[in-house]
Amino acid sequence: MRRQIPLYIVLVSGIVFVIQFFIPSHESEFIFEYGQDWVMVIGILALPLGIWSYLRKTCLTAVKKPKERFFAGVSLFGFAIMMLTGLRRESLMAGSLYMDLFNYILVPIQATIFSLLAFYIASAAYRAFRARSVIATLLLGTAFIVMLRLIPLGPISDANQALVAWILSVPNMAAKRGLLIGIGLGAIATCIKIILGIERTYMGRD
Amino acid sequence: MTTVELLWNGLAAFLTLCIFSFLYKDNPFYKFAEQLVAGVALGYWTMLLYHTTFTDKVLFPIFQQGKLHYILPTIMGIMMWTRFSKKLAYLSRIAIAFYIGVGTGVGLPLYMYNYVFRQLQATVVPLNVSWLGFNSLLMVVFIICTLIYFFFSKEHTGAFGGFSRVGIYTLMVGFGASFGLTVMGRVALLVQRIIFLREYFIALFGS
Amino acid sequence: MNFYEKMLNIDRRWIYLVLAIAVILPAVVSFYVPVNVTPEVRRVYDFIEDLEPGDKIYVGIDYDPASLAELHPMAYAILDQCFRKNLRPVVATLSQFGAGMAEQALADVASKYNKASGIDYCYLGYKPYPAITIMLMGVDFRVPFPQDYYGTPLDSLPLMRYVHNFSDLSGVIDLTSGNTADFWIIYGYGRYFMPLALGVTGVMAADYYPYLQSGQIFGLISGIKGAAEYEALTGYKGEGLKSIPYQTASHVIILAFIIISNIGYFASRRREK
Repeated sequence: MRRQIPLYIVLVSGIVFVIQFFIPSHESEFIFEYGQDWVMVIGILALPLGIWSYLRKTCLTAVKKPKERFFAGVSLFGFAIMMLTGLRRESLMAGSLYMDLFNYILVPIQATIFSLLAFYIASAAYRAFRARSVIATLLLGTAFIVMLRLIPLGPISDANQALVAWILSVPNMAAKRGLLIGIGLGAIATCIKIILGIERTYMGRD
Repeated sequence: MTTVELLWNGLAAFLTLCIFSFLYKDNPFYKFAEQLVAGVALGYWTMLLYHTTFTDKVLFPIFQQGKLHYILPTIMGIMMWTRFSKKLAYLSRIAIAFYIGVGTGVGLPLYMYNYVFRQLQATVVPLNVSWLGFNSLLMVVFIICTLIYFFFSKEHTGAFGGFSRVGIYTLMVGFGASFGLTVMGRVALLVQRIIFLREYFIALFGS
Repeated sequence: MNFYEKMLNIDRRWIYLVLAIAVILPAVVSFYVPVNVTPEVRRVYDFIEDLEPGDKIYVGIDYDPASLAELHPMAYAILDQCFRKNLRPVVATLSQFGAGMAEQALADVASKYNKASGIDYCYLGYKPYPAITIMLMGVDFRVPFPQDYYGTPLDSLPLMRYVHNFSDLSGVIDLTSGNTADFWIIYGYGRYFMPLALGVTGVMAADYYPYLQSGQIFGLISGIKGAAEYEALTGYKGEGLKSIPYQTASHVIILAFIIISNIGYFASRRREK
């Protein structure tokens, strides 16, 4: 019973909302609005689970791993300082200590972590980007032409820009559309399997 | 920059260099910055969530607008927390089931429309004797060949194999274009940090 | 190990150093790189330029600091154009770290034109679950956003008095770095058919050409080059155009890496034969 009731809920709510899409009426829009609104509220209340999980893991690390204790402490300190400085809604405005900590700690660190990818992509381009086969050459050649568009090459630039525009709007577009149609069909099949109860991984184990 | 701005930007520059130090090798400065951002990010998001989401969608409607029907989804949301209890974990499945059921029900016709119908509709375009018409013909051929490449129920031999080969070539051109744009994207992130550091050091030493 | 094999197996930290020097070079030796404007960027610019003063438009700032470099210049240029034309942007963010950056961008640009929150623009703030929020915004903005970012009920804001959903806005311009772009197309355009344009990172850009060709989006601003193109069109002096010489230098180096490694690869193979 504990596994059957959720399956029936998924079946009924899934079918109701599929049918709702095709019925343009006040009652149908009412169901849609309230259904989505309730899902949003449920989702909002589920978010503290993630916060709790992270705090639990960090505290356990601080207690059980002496070598990681300092860094776990740094993480908890950062969390605590943001909680304290963000207690009032007015803290959300530009110029507050809460927003200054966001702008001068979180933004530069996150931006810099992702900027490391530039080095990794340069290293990957040097080590792995080789014309080993026809397919690899095609990939390499296309990437080369697209990367050239930011380099001023005099009269060749106009031809390169036109070629890049053609590559993006014809073969690239065709490839991505083929992938999209495949993804779409897969997503539709997964939705049907979930609604009919064939796919049950969202329920977890007993 | 004022002195206060110089100090704040100095902190940002120090943390930026801590992260860049990872390029040489993993070190305590990198770990410090990495753990700090994890805590700060979670703390920031927690307070943002409380003020703009929990307050607006739970406290404000129930206690200020008198919309008592929000109590039912609130209870269902709290049921999600029972996931950590072995005895009561089955209650969380009810809330998850409602969430999943609504999501898949709403998504199914929209995926069909956006991923399949509109894409097929845009593929079947009028052909004519012009550069545009030639491109449209090429587009149709490339899309069909790409779809043939992913059809694994038939062996890729003969003419079918030939079409499949054109399909993989089309995919490689698409991935090559993506790679070229990815390089631009990744480098842009690095460039922004370099520009920030340049402007900071000019402000620090130039003034 | 011969010369070519040594060249191919060089310590990656030398590659990092060469790239770092290449990127720092334009900071020392400045040079100009022309930027050509693509039709998909021009369409976004023309759409906003053709609007009348007082028209309302939705601007979504749905990215986090990891994509700041590419999308923040777009946000500044678009908001600057909106305020210059006396349009009334309704701004919201569906990314958890976008809220602070959106507030900063609005504070910077709105103060330049003396625009007031609630009258000349409205900042709705942040909500999680982008797909649900988009669908609810199409019903009524007041459902997902009963109050704006500053805690003022939407009903008491003069700007939002006659704005209920997407049909009361001229269009949607969304700047995003994640799958929020897909959500806008599927759940936003797919249900409400409002004019939709996207600003995306370079990594994602190539994936959205099918939607451009099918008409599901009317414009596409791609990465830092797209941001530079938009700044060139609007005349806004921002980070986009400033970044292009650095991009050029780094692209030259990366292309050189590819050429050198392929020369080494083929030479090494010939030696083995």
